[in-house]
Amino acid sequence: MTPTQTAIALWTLVHKEIKRFTRIWPQTLLPPSITMTMYFIIFGSLIGSRIGAMDGFNYMDFIVPGLIMMAVITNSYSNVASSFFSNKFQRSIEEMMVSPMPNWVILCGFVLGGMARGLGVGLIVTIVSLFFTRLSVAHPLLTLGVVVLTAALFSIGGFINALLGKKFDDISIVPTFILTPLTYLGGVFYSISLLPNFWQGVSMLNPILYMVNVFRYGFLGVSDIPVGWALAAIVAFIVVLFTIALWMLEHGKGIRS
Amino acid sequence: MAEPALSIRGLTKVYGNGFQALKGIDLDVAEGDFFALLGPNGAGKSTTLGVVCSLVQKTDGRVTIFGIDIDRDFARAKYHLGVVPQEFNFNQFEKVLDIVLAQAGYYGMPRREALPRAEQLLRDLGLWDKRNGSARMLSGGMKRRLMIARALMHRPRLLILDEPTAGVDIELRRSMWEYMRRINREEGTTIILTTHYLEEAESLCRNVAIINHGEIIRNTSVRELLAELDTETFLLDLARPVKQLPVIEGFEVRQVDGAQLAVVVHRGQRMNDIFTALGEQGIEVVSMRNRANRLEEMFVSMVEQGNSDKAAADEAEARA
Repeated sequence: MTPTQTAIALWTLVHKEIKRFTRIWPQTLLPPSITMTMYFIIFGSLIGSRIGAMDGFNYMDFIVPGLIMMAVITNSYSNVASSFFSNKFQRSIEEMMVSPMPNWVILCGFVLGGMARGLGVGLIVTIVSLFFTRLSVAHPLLTLGVVVLTAALFSIGGFINALLGKKFDDISIVPTFILTPLTYLGGVFYSISLLPNFWQGVSMLNPILYMVNVFRYGFLGVSDIPVGWALAAIVAFIVVLFTIALWMLEHGKGIRS
Repeated sequence: MAEPALSIRGLTKVYGNGFQALKGIDLDVAEGDFFALLGPNGAGKSTTLGVVCSLVQKTDGRVTIFGIDIDRDFARAKYHLGVVPQEFNFNQFEKVLDIVLAQAGYYGMPRREALPRAEQLLRDLGLWDKRNGSARMLSGGMKRRLMIARALMHRPRLLILDEPTAGVDIELRRSMWEYMRRINREEGTTIILTTHYLEEAESLCRNVAIINHGEIIRNTSVRELLAELDTETFLLDLARPVKQLPVIEGFEVRQVDGAQLAVVVHRGQRMNDIFTALGEQGIEVVSMRNRANRLEEMFVSMVEQGNSDKAAADEAEARA
């Protein structure tokens, strides 16, 4: 394909993905907005006012970056996992497979679609948070960079999950039993400095901790861990998972007999 | 000499469970041909076409599409290929127009070109009025036509139709035949068709390959194949029921029901002899038709022969 044809193919897929989740907005955009509003009300306003300062910030300000990141992670992941798996299930993935579209375009198309939903929901949650607190952003570029990279990373993760999945249950196992616990234990609601040394060490094995902390650093200027190290880890994860996903596509894993 | 639209050499497919679906088949389809690939269920038709379309990974062999080796440049080969699969494989929740436009986009066709093309195809196939409706609301026949429109969006030179008229009523089937004939004749599109309606293959196709147990057992023109047909069975409707089976010398006669006879006619035998013999016995024939279409008789006899040969070979192997 020429570069122009490749760009048209990529845009077609991205546009289709965005159209899909906006068409079913009551299932894709509304629920996370309501859930996060509940978090803001219950944890931020009601309980947060009794908790006091966390890392030198009031509790609402502390949890806002974590909650935005939680919304981005779960929505990026689940968008690609459910969309690609639906395409597999309905066999409409064959439309793409018989076309001359390169595999990297298929992968990027779904990943960009997932990122669009993750970042879209993240933006909605950010807007909702403005009703509860005044957000200030200490490092805007870093904040934007981290949230984009995180959305990309979890979109790729959702893609691999969908490739491996054989039934709909398979694409809900990872979000329910892995992503959600890791997110809750990733410092969204607390600073890991509150934990005993042993559990601080265990927490350092949780990749989501790095993303939440760098994102929080972008807003508040404080982090439990070195920012440069966290950014390098996110980029490395993206490179590794992208390579795995592309290899699986090239070899038809989960989609070709 | 022009490259064939499709050339297959030594194509082998062994599935993960050890089942050998294709046993080194060779096949050529000339440009502009209307070609039938026939075979019973599980014979290897869809696996063969799946390899050509990249939906199935081959184990061994070489496939070229208009001279382009799919192992070397599958993307370029795919530009020439349009596929209408056996099963519905579009997103049922998308709009009809969106489905065909997305397909054009996957081939890198700009929207300004894709829109008029989509309108032309959807109009030709009677779907333009449904363009803004969800695909799941279409009838079975309309869904099949939608897949044909989608496959033609990028103007493929080779169109693969895997049972395109399955479950379609006879009137619609004939209008689809006419459409396929037209694109073959007027646009020069090479068409490969698999079908269980052998009347369809006989009516549309010039050349035919019959595949059974993963091997091509016959590859010739439909005309030549039919010329080899030794027998045809005719059904005779009688004016009045007969109590006793009439005897017609030289012909095999069976009673279908009281007022209908089946007569097997070998090549070289004369129909007049049947009518004369029946007339002499006071039996009046009011109408007559083929029991089945001619290609079907040929197909059934070849597949049955192939099956009995395989059973004999298996038995010999078991004894050895």
